[in-house]
Amino acid sequence: MKSQNKEIFYGLYDDDEDLMKAVKAANKDHLEIYDVYTPFPVHGLDHIMHFSESRLHIAGFVFGAMGTLTAFLFMTWVFTRDWPIIFGGKPYWSVPAFIPITFELTVLFASIGMVVSYYIVNGMGFGVENPTLDDRITDDKFCIAFQTNGYSDDQINQLSNFFQSTGASETSSKVI
Amino acid sequence: MSAVVSPIREPLITGGKSYHDITEDICGPTESAPPLSWIICFAISVMGLGLFGFCVFWTVYFGIGTWNLNRTINWSWDITNFVWWVGIGHAGTLISAILLLFRQKWRTGVNRAAEAMTIFAVICAGQFPLIHMGRIWLAFFIFPYPNTRGPLWVNFNSPLLWDVFAISTYFTVSLLFWYSGLVPDFATLRDRSKGMRRKIYSFLAMGWTGSAKHWQRFESLSLILAGLATPLVLSVHTIVSFDFATSVIPGWHTTIFPPYFVAGAIFSGFAMVLTLMLIIRKVYNLQDYITIGHIESMNKVILLTGSIVGTAYLTELFISWYSGYIYEQFAFFNRALGPYWWSYFGMMACNVLSPQIFWFKKYRRNIFITFFMSIFINIGMWFERFVIIATTLARDFIPSSWSYYVPTWVEVGIFIGSLGLFFTLFLLFARVAPVVAIAEVKSILKSSGDQYSGKNAKHSHDSVAVGHDHH
Repeated sequence: MKSQNKEIFYGLYDDDEDLMKAVKAANKDHLEIYDVYTPFPVHGLDHIMHFSESRLHIAGFVFGAMGTLTAFLFMTWVFTRDWPIIFGGKPYWSVPAFIPITFELTVLFASIGMVVSYYIVNGMGFGVENPTLDDRITDDKFCIAFQTNGYSDDQINQLSNFFQSTGASETSSKVI
Repeated sequence: MSAVVSPIREPLITGGKSYHDITEDICGPTESAPPLSWIICFAISVMGLGLFGFCVFWTVYFGIGTWNLNRTINWSWDITNFVWWVGIGHAGTLISAILLLFRQKWRTGVNRAAEAMTIFAVICAGQFPLIHMGRIWLAFFIFPYPNTRGPLWVNFNSPLLWDVFAISTYFTVSLLFWYSGLVPDFATLRDRSKGMRRKIYSFLAMGWTGSAKHWQRFESLSLILAGLATPLVLSVHTIVSFDFATSVIPGWHTTIFPPYFVAGAIFSGFAMVLTLMLIIRKVYNLQDYITIGHIESMNKVILLTGSIVGTAYLTELFISWYSGYIYEQFAFFNRALGPYWWSYFGMMACNVLSPQIFWFKKYRRNIFITFFMSIFINIGMWFERFVIIATTLARDFIPSSWSYYVPTWVEVGIFIGSLGLFFTLFLLFARVAPVVAIAEVKSILKSSGDQYSGKNAKHSHDSVAVGHDHH
């Protein structure tokens, strides 16, 4: 991804519990967090950051329904319209025999559709290089980042004080 | 930060690890030169792969006549191997999907390698129906595509076609599930490396940053994929069993096959996971992440599924007697005491009797016994498929066409070679990717690390207050 000239001021914490407390403190101080980066999913973080629930399951349902319809309608068309064949004296439209493939395609469409949606909304893909703030964020550091474009020195100082008071082990700034 | 864990529960991560220790321990083996043991194993596996390539070439060049299949026994070694490999491929998705839904935290130690094993086992399985077609270059005929022959479509009423859809869906979904889980761990490897290595892992990590919103979506995706993969994994071996159960061959035409095949698949899959994990934990020094507790949990699954399989064997015998139908009775008499009696008794000994030692906790927690049992079980499960397929066909409807089957060197070579294919892929995976899910293990450290839980916990759980006030 190209640099978007975002000035980021961030602090690193050594522990997920410190991070949780800091995010709560930032909420209390009405500081606008740009993003939080963690090495693993910290449970409850989405809740205190007021994220709305992910809508991936809706995508999953829609793609799954497309799979169901594709499979069932296609088999129906083939065996009743395009080339009807009698197998073992059964009716052309032998619904029970269509169920396994209908099920498999439902799962297949839902999974592929959901995974593709997930990478698209995340802005990820093979070869994509999103800017990272610190290499240790995927190891053992927990990061809170603020975007500081147009911030006054006072506001930067306020953020510094915030990091200091909430126990960040180091702070730094970076343009991404 | 996870929910409070009972203090009597065994810790899942030992050695008082910190987050950084976890990264080091799991990334370490991929960052140094391969140990001699790996090189030796890899060389042997590649030789196996070479054998596979050679025997497949032989089959394709000279035709299926190089196998000992005949008019009576028209499925045997090939389909046995296919079902065996597919069965092995069931444990990975079971561990990652069903155990995720059941919130079994011990899955985090073994799910990554088990999923990789699933994918490689399904790759091996897929080879057998393909080469059995004889003209492998026409294998695309199995897919319904618009063609110049009418278009003449495939038979959607056939279980063999259901199998095509089941196996390909299972492979795709397992691959997606596995890879989505690997992405954050590839990012960890990326951020530890430099130069060319960094470029490669950067490509593989797809631009992962660890953003909180991405993690939220990641968890949501994992959960829904698990929800989809759970019925999928049960459907795959059900459909494999339909290949037999929907036919009208006595001995195959039984309604017990779907649950019996699924239980057998989980049984053999866990055995293969244990075989691999016991080696990996030793070679990569991962005893702190794949503990005796993990092994014991898997042995419990083996005991359960082994007993289900045993019950199914006995039920089959009982029902064939109880049916009063002489052809069915003959099929099962023949299965146990006919010309292939030795494979039936191999199956019974390996699958039903031997796992019963896992009723004893001492044996469930014994690494050597577990290792030998895991090999036994896979031998037994191979025999099971051979018993079902070959012995049933060997005594078909007309005594004049009864036959006996022994494999040719080509068939044996393809099977041994498929093991080479499997281990080559697995060893490559173990070199380049983290064999334990780093992020997932970190996420259970506070609840299941031995410094936080269990009898050696150093201090009380101070995260309880934080973990609870927002629920």
